[in-house]
Amino acid sequence: MRLRLVLFAAGALGLGAAYFAAARGLPPVGGYSGAYGEVLNAVSVGERHATDVVSAVNFDYRGLDTLGEEFILFASVLGVATILRKQQGDEEDRDEPAWQARQAPDSDAVRVLGVWLVPLTVSFGLYMISHGAVSPGGGFQGGVVLATAPLVIYLCATAKTFLRIAPPWLTKAAEAIGAGGYVVIGCLGVLAGKQFLENVLPLGTPGAAWSSGTILFLNLTVGIAVAAGFVELLAIFIEEVLRRET
Amino acid sequence: MSSILAWLPYAVAGWLLLWGLYGIVKSRNLVHLIICLVILQSSTYVLLLAIGYKAGAVAPVFADMPLGTPAVDPVVQALMLTDIVVEATVAALLLALAVQVYQRAGSLDPRELVRLEG
Repeated sequence: MRLRLVLFAAGALGLGAAYFAAARGLPPVGGYSGAYGEVLNAVSVGERHATDVVSAVNFDYRGLDTLGEEFILFASVLGVATILRKQQGDEEDRDEPAWQARQAPDSDAVRVLGVWLVPLTVSFGLYMISHGAVSPGGGFQGGVVLATAPLVIYLCATAKTFLRIAPPWLTKAAEAIGAGGYVVIGCLGVLAGKQFLENVLPLGTPGAAWSSGTILFLNLTVGIAVAAGFVELLAIFIEEVLRRET
Repeated sequence: MSSILAWLPYAVAGWLLLWGLYGIVKSRNLVHLIICLVILQSSTYVLLLAIGYKAGAVAPVFADMPLGTPAVDPVVQALMLTDIVVEATVAALLLALAVQVYQRAGSLDPRELVRLEG
């Protein structure tokens, strides 16, 4: 352990010195002078009718990167499902405290909190997904918020209720539709004789919920895929508990 | 004072990077190690935001302000969103590996995972 710390100290000193030298070459914070960001801030409302420039960058100017980003998430869910799959030879019932069947909470306060939180998270998540082009938010952020609703249900009720709200076939189908939908919307541009992921829909009024053309629908597909992906991850991690309680 | 503030975000990013590394080196629990990696990666958020920040500028959302208002760089913010998504997915994958390790070896201490099993 001593040797490891000495090695780390040597490496950290070297890294710290290199980082310090690199940071000295950066402009001071606040003195940003890049051109790309300025151009996007100036043109995105006019070109794409999207008042949230970050969303315009994510779903239009860098739309292809976001496709990759969505599939990173997809691949990760697949990877977790593969790593934690039931394998032949796995013992069925081990006495490991982490996997012991969980009791449904015997508290009215927890259940009342759940009744409040679930509609709140669902409506806030849907709002963030659908207004991604207008205000801060979008498919990724809203999808995660939306995915917390089944988690709250799992924490406030039983695993059975969780499975009724988010059955595996539904999350799997939603994940596939969300991930595939992004590609389909991208192909609409190609079919219309434009480029992949180029806008083909009416742009609407900037600032209105129905605006920004494809950005709105790309946000919807990403929101569906992210929400389904996170619920899927949750279901995989608590699978043992689900299996015992149902 | 302003000169300190002009370099402080870079210092914070370096600080997070090195402490995250230190935690990984010292870690005796795989879950702790994964959290340290998350802390390490959060240094990149601070760095990206610091690079895109413009003094006196606001968030690049023009829903309630006139076009042409000075706003910070939206590109690094979009990059940071990608960064967060990647971090979440990496953490999920590593936690799945940790669960699998615990089920196979009965321990999360890296020192007890050195023997090979065939």
